[in-house]
Amino acid sequence: MIRTYALLAWTWTRAAAQYPLSFALMTAGGLVVGGLDIAVIWVIFANTDALAGFGLTEVMFLYGASQLAFALADMLFGNVDRISQHIGAGTLDVMLIRPVSPFVQVAADRFTPHRIGRSIQAGAVLAVGLTRLDVPLGRVWMVPVMVVSGIVIFTALFTLGGALQFLLTAAPEVANAFTYGGATLTQYPLSVYDTRVVRGLTFVLPLAFVNWQPGLYVLGRPDPLGLPSWTGLLSPAAALTLAAVAALAWRAGIRRYRSTGS
Amino acid sequence: MIEADGVGRTFTVRRRVVHAVRDLSFRVAAGEFVACLGPNGAGKSTTIKMLTGILTPTSGRIRVAGLDPSRRRTALARRIGVVFGQRTTLWWDLPLRDSLELVRLLYKVDRKVFRERLDEMCDLLDLGGFLATPVRQLSLGQRMRGDITAALLHDPAVLVLDEPTIGLDVVSKAEVRDFLRRLNAERGTTVLLTTHDLGDVERLCRRVLLIDHGRLALDGTLDDLRATAPGVTSIEEVVAGLYLRSRTTPRTPPPAPRPAPDGPSGRA
Amino acid sequence: MILGHGAAVSLYPRLAWYGFRRHATYWAAALAGAFTNTVFGVLRAYVLIALWQARPGLGGYDVAGAVTFTFLTQAFIGPMQLFGGGLDLPQRIRTGDVALDLVRPASLQLWCLSEDLGRAAYLFVVRGGPPTLVGALLFGIVAPHAPAAFLLSVALGVVVSFGWRYIVALATCWVMDDRGLGVLSMVLTTFFSGLMLPLAIFPGWFGELARALPWSAMAQVPADVYLGTADPARALAFQALWAAVLLALGALMTGAARRKVVIQGG
Repeated sequence: MIRTYALLAWTWTRAAAQYPLSFALMTAGGLVVGGLDIAVIWVIFANTDALAGFGLTEVMFLYGASQLAFALADMLFGNVDRISQHIGAGTLDVMLIRPVSPFVQVAADRFTPHRIGRSIQAGAVLAVGLTRLDVPLGRVWMVPVMVVSGIVIFTALFTLGGALQFLLTAAPEVANAFTYGGATLTQYPLSVYDTRVVRGLTFVLPLAFVNWQPGLYVLGRPDPLGLPSWTGLLSPAAALTLAAVAALAWRAGIRRYRSTGS
Repeated sequence: MIEADGVGRTFTVRRRVVHAVRDLSFRVAAGEFVACLGPNGAGKSTTIKMLTGILTPTSGRIRVAGLDPSRRRTALARRIGVVFGQRTTLWWDLPLRDSLELVRLLYKVDRKVFRERLDEMCDLLDLGGFLATPVRQLSLGQRMRGDITAALLHDPAVLVLDEPTIGLDVVSKAEVRDFLRRLNAERGTTVLLTTHDLGDVERLCRRVLLIDHGRLALDGTLDDLRATAPGVTSIEEVVAGLYLRSRTTPRTPPPAPRPAPDGPSGRA
Repeated sequence: MILGHGAAVSLYPRLAWYGFRRHATYWAAALAGAFTNTVFGVLRAYVLIALWQARPGLGGYDVAGAVTFTFLTQAFIGPMQLFGGGLDLPQRIRTGDVALDLVRPASLQLWCLSEDLGRAAYLFVVRGGPPTLVGALLFGIVAPHAPAAFLLSVALGVVVSFGWRYIVALATCWVMDDRGLGVLSMVLTTFFSGLMLPLAIFPGWFGELARALPWSAMAQVPADVYLGTADPARALAFQALWAAVLLALGALMTGAARRKVVIQGG
């Protein structure tokens, strides 16, 4: 599976290398779009010292962690949200006649590494935030764990969005509300949202486990909802649960396609 | 090699059940060369999709190369080759050789076997001149030869082609036909193709399956087909007669995808 | 000339109607866009509420004003096409079909503008309604200060947006990679229209500059007219000025494009 993915991704990278100007522009575009988010944070903190109880460095840490996870998930699996195009163009049929999982084929389809620029940018924000924060060594180990869990959660969201498109081929944009919406949602401390929203993001759609719960653990801050501090350590479990749900939804989508022809 | 027993396929279009294929039964023995004919919307594509495992039938039983396509899709993919005339399975921006190399890796074909096979195909289909050309720059005829090569690299027992000669010029058509004939005769590969080009049928196929209204309207030789209209010499006219006859009986529309959002006329 | 003056008068309204009808066939996609705009509106509203709780009265808005601003600007994404696009022109330039458009006995710019106004009218209702409604239900939004001036301001905003997008689209004639242009335009528009944050809270000279640029006429200004935080007459004059400048620039570029196509054959 991984070998096939790497093989397809490498093939698409070589195909993309035929258009170096486009590649450079897409990389620059990704960096500028990411830069806009950072500019918004800058404008907000030019007007206030704290947003919902969190200062600039803490917001940088939370932003960097979630956006690094999102950029990597987007680079590796974001193309799954183009499944409705494959259904429309009939290219999904071509994928189904190959002895390889259609998920791997769709995910690697038109892979380009230009989003690595965005990942580096987010990683830099995370690094700056961390170095200014003085996190004790005993809790720093959680940072890579939360980034990896975040990648799994966002990948699961992309997959769920893809699965949804089997039902909504005419309106694939709905999936963006979940994928890009999830990325936007986790840019800020969840304390800005209503507690009912945060409960939903903890117990139903576990976006709180991307950077909020594990972030609170790393920062050593109490949870406004009153959940114990070890809740953040559950991120990998939450990520795997969501991934399992997404895998089932994807399989149901493929089964539906094969049994309805649309 | 291919067995279909009472195969049916229904679609639900706007809450109405439409029978795209019903009670389809036929057998294709190993080494046969069969053409699947039928008017537009008769159920040919649906049948091909069910035989290749893309679509699951609603009723009946299918075996292709000994496997149930809907349950053993990936295993079946290693035993059959599929060519879509209307869309390519190659990588648009890569040289043809790289696309074929990738197919080799996807199908886990041994490197040595691959090289022999590619040499052979280069000979038969005259690929040598454009192996290094990106697929997007190939002519339709060259691309089709590339697609056929890609479908045969893993030496499948069955080759299924959906309108392989569509849009090809006379010379390319002749080359593709000649190749398919030799493939069938020399390697014993079972070939099933759909086509609207009766030249394909006359030059290649000993046997014809005529599908109409989702049913098997005729299963026989070319002579059987001719016998349906005594006195008519051209095969085109024979088939045209059969199609026209079927048009007088009411047809259930095939499950069309949503109409393309075409702009309405400005006069409205 | 077959196309007389009378025909020209009825041609452009008919093209607008055509644009409206054409976009009406993509209703599912429009509703999906409205859904996404609404979700993002809710997310933005919470962030702004947190900011306004920390700094009440910031930028001259109260919390209700800031929330209203958020949902209004989300509602503008469709009609003002704030993420770019909405015109067939770049596609037609790449395929060379634009040569056919340029030989028509009608102005290419007016032709596109008419279609775009029809598109905007449809999307104003279908993509503008849901975010505003959901914003009103979840958070409560304030009533329009001057409804007639607001509608006029929205219309002028669409014209400014068209003027800008037309220039970007025509630039495809000279710059081969239109994707890069698209990204550049999207970045400028989303940031400087007020879509991401109200321009009123941009600090210092940067804020002064942002508020004077044409993009502010696409979201910030109509929202201010709605909220009563801008003098309607001045706001409309500002929009009209930018509309005139961008349309004039577009007309000049159309002439240059026609010469280029005629002389170089595309």
